[in-house]
Amino acid sequence: MTRALINVPAKAQRAEVIEIKTLVSHPMETGYRRDNVGNLIPRDIICRFVCTYNGVEVFRADLFPAMAANPFLSFFTVATESGTIEFQWTDDHGNTQTASASIEVE
Amino acid sequence: MSGPTKDLRIGNTGALVLAILSLAASPAWTTEIPAADRRSGYEFMSPETKAMQDDDGSNPGMFWVLDGEALWNSKDGASNLSCADCHTSASMRGVAVHYPVFDVDYKRPIDLGERINICRSKRQNATPFRFESKELLALTAFVAHQSRGAAIQVTIDERLRPFFAIGRELFERRQGQLNISCAQCHDDNWGKRLAGNVITQAHPTGYPLYRLEWQTIGSLQRRLRNCLIGMRAEAYSYGAIEYVELELYLAWRANGLKIETPAVRP
Repeated sequence: MTRALINVPAKAQRAEVIEIKTLVSHPMETGYRRDNVGNLIPRDIICRFVCTYNGVEVFRADLFPAMAANPFLSFFTVATESGTIEFQWTDDHGNTQTASASIEVE
Repeated sequence: MSGPTKDLRIGNTGALVLAILSLAASPAWTTEIPAADRRSGYEFMSPETKAMQDDDGSNPGMFWVLDGEALWNSKDGASNLSCADCHTSASMRGVAVHYPVFDVDYKRPIDLGERINICRSKRQNATPFRFESKELLALTAFVAHQSRGAAIQVTIDERLRPFFAIGRELFERRQGQLNISCAQCHDDNWGKRLAGNVITQAHPTGYPLYRLEWQTIGSLQRRLRNCLIGMRAEAYSYGAIEYVELELYLAWRANGLKIETPAVRP
């Protein structure tokens, strides 16, 4: 079961700098480890994270095998208008996990 | 030239004998930590790791609590019952603080995970979860999480007394190739460092907990296995009574400290 926890302020002043925190459950298997009979465990990581604010991309990150399991990302953006902030995590197999939060800008 | 060499040899042997004597002379018993000085492992962590635990949005242990909540509400087994069909989650508040407890059928103390599995096999007529399985850790984390902030309150009654005595003896017994006891680190040398890590007082306040080293959540039994392997002693297999006896002593020793489940530890 993949889960995402996101933290976006529900309300903000216009032009205020807001912090967004995201945590997603994922094993982030590096592809370098071996199992108990010596076979390589196939790589399985989230390789891309994208955050859009009312459809406009405000933050993007490429992730690599050195990242820990359940990656936590925190970043800042400017509260421009009320609307929806959407998050998308994409793994090696092209599967995506999405989450969204609404924000009210006064 | 032979004189000084010989002297040196004697000197070295003398020092070695002294060292052995002082080791042998050091008391086998250790000093218990006074109640006022008892502190959770949380207090020894860096501000960053504390912040990670404190914010449910950054504490990865919350994934298991959420999965546990889903399991709590899902029907299972031949009885087709969910945990929620019999218990409210609010009724679980204050439950974890008393564990391990004595079980009359098993005639021995059981931990919270075993209690969940007993409920599964007796009431739900479902297969018990494997030790250290994702499901058992999730459900245990969910139940223990209901007691977050409540003080540990373990009472040792007559039935528990023999198990408690064994737990304490296990904690104080020197074992493994390094020939050290749990107490030598956690009673006598807490607050000091073992390589890069601070030695804590070994209070089981936040289990199951998320360990950054493991990159996952784990039980107290997994943690105790880690410690035993570190002492180069042979670890018991999961579910061994020795772990529950140790937990009984540790939980009693941590009485008054608050439950943190799911805690985060380095």
